[in-house]
Amino acid sequence: MTQLLWNGLFVGSFYALVALGYTMVYGIIRLLNFAHGDLYMLGAFVGFGVLSVAGGLATGLGFVALLIVMVIAMLVTGTAGLVLERVAYRPLRGAPRLSVLITAVGASFALEYGMRLAAGPNPEVYPVRLAGDPVNLLGARITVQQASLILIAILLMAGLQWLVMGTETGRAMRAISQDPTAALYMGINVDAVIARTFFIGSALAGAAGVMAGGYYGKIDFLMGFIIGLKAFTAAVIGGIGNIKGAMLGGLALGLLESFGTAWVGGQWRDVFAFGFLIVFLTLRPTGILGERVTERV
Amino acid sequence: MSDAAGRWALEIDGLDVHYGRVHALRGLTLTVGEGEIIALLGNNGAGKTSTLATVSGVVRSTGGTVRAFGRDITKAKPWEIVGAGLVHVPEGRRIFSRLTVHENLQLGGYLVSDKTVVSRRIDEVYTLLPRLAERRNQHGGNLSGGEQQMLAVGRALVAKPKLLMLDEPSMGLAPLVVAQIMKLIRQINADGTSVLLVEQNARAALKIAHRAYVVENGVITLQGPARELARDSRVVEAYLGA
Ligand SMILES: Nc1ncnc2c1ncn2[C@@H]1O[C@H](COP(=O)(O)OP(=O)(O)OP(=O)(O)O)[C@@H](O)[C@H]1O
Ligand SMILES: [Mg+2]
Repeated sequence: MTQLLWNGLFVGSFYALVALGYTMVYGIIRLLNFAHGDLYMLGAFVGFGVLSVAGGLATGLGFVALLIVMVIAMLVTGTAGLVLERVAYRPLRGAPRLSVLITAVGASFALEYGMRLAAGPNPEVYPVRLAGDPVNLLGARITVQQASLILIAILLMAGLQWLVMGTETGRAMRAISQDPTAALYMGINVDAVIARTFFIGSALAGAAGVMAGGYYGKIDFLMGFIIGLKAFTAAVIGGIGNIKGAMLGGLALGLLESFGTAWVGGQWRDVFAFGFLIVFLTLRPTGILGERVTERV
Repeated sequence: MSDAAGRWALEIDGLDVHYGRVHALRGLTLTVGEGEIIALLGNNGAGKTSTLATVSGVVRSTGGTVRAFGRDITKAKPWEIVGAGLVHVPEGRRIFSRLTVHENLQLGGYLVSDKTVVSRRIDEVYTLLPRLAERRNQHGGNLSGGEQQMLAVGRALVAKPKLLMLDEPSMGLAPLVVAQIMKLIRQINADGTSVLLVEQNARAALKIAHRAYVVENGVITLQGPARELARDSRVVEAYLGA
């Protein structure tokens, strides 16, 4: 029971990290960034690359080393997100939604098959399995690395919450999300703030990618597809565009999958996730914390 | 008015604006001298908002030039224009309805890097407009129309504008509130800020303006000292009612 809770929290925390980027980008420019899951894949591969090069450290990987790997992965995916925004999305700002959506799908393919060219079509085995020595905590067996990763995820989410609610940049993000033109009248460099949003959201996805690599042990160039859909599910459950909602939605989805599959079997995992989305949207179309759409000025 | 060196807060010269095939401004020319209140009057669709939005860099001109305090800002970015001291209180107030009153005011000081200066200016705004202080933690969207207009003006003041541009600040407000807003604008002007005031409420605007312009179909058709325009039969007929 406690084990299921832990697994759910662990998986849920990286769903939440990916969902956050999804929801931030949607919140600020109303774009469903279909390539977002592929940035998570990129993060997993960058983490893989760093760990392979650094080698040796494999099992005895401490908190600090893990943190460094994550920071590198986050910087790379964050930069990739910046490039994506600049090259693919900014030129289309103000274009019909369908054009932007198609571009996003194209960007997703470009990342997936670009990685296939770079790293090959076969899955890679992650050099660190977060195995370590499991500690017994309230009846659940967890490793120090797993606990560290959850801690990092929590810190990242707390940091993001602080950034959005307590800093000038966060205030600018919220202003742009409500009324981009009025934000211009405030002297906000809207392009720069949107770019920053992409960087942060993509970096969070990269962090989740490293976590997932360590947790599942295997990565491949298409791993971003399903997680992209799930993060989208989590973001929608939480109320798309809503930061706290994405965190809640991610955790809820992780727990749901963990308990759901324990009761009815692993092959039902994805059925669970998406079935839940459909039921949920029927009952509460705006998500847990979603605002009424009419509230836009 | 402009001082000995001929300093203008704003010089708009032959401004053209197109929206697709709509030719909204057709060689519009006007000036605001430092320390002046200039009223820009006109009916619906005349081109008042287009003029302000173009000065602010939010709408791109297709011809003509805009100079502010001697500097060409025709092609400047909106944030550069705010940085140069031109602050725009937009039509319909555009309060961030899901941000608090205080956060709205903080955004007014977005470009001011010294945040202690920003909080000092916010305190000044609270002193000037005590209603805002009482509602500082409420969402902007919960304020009344008049309070929202006060907030929009207060937010602009936090940027410490050298030229304040207001787009129909009296829109939708009761006469008493309109009078308060006009008094506030006069006070801001007395403190040294140049003002470009766009209004359909010609009566209220002409009362506080030094000079005024009338725009029709994207071009200035009448101009002169506010007192003279207020007596001009064409203005009286078209804008002051009989
Ligand atoms: N975004 C736009 N796209 C197309 N046409 C526009 C746009 N904005 C304004 N126009 C047109 O340009 C002309 C001038 O509009 P503008 O908003 O500047 O007038 P205004 O004087 O501010 O009117 P009002 O008093 O109603 O606010 C109008 O014919 C209007 O229809
Ligand atoms: Mg207008």
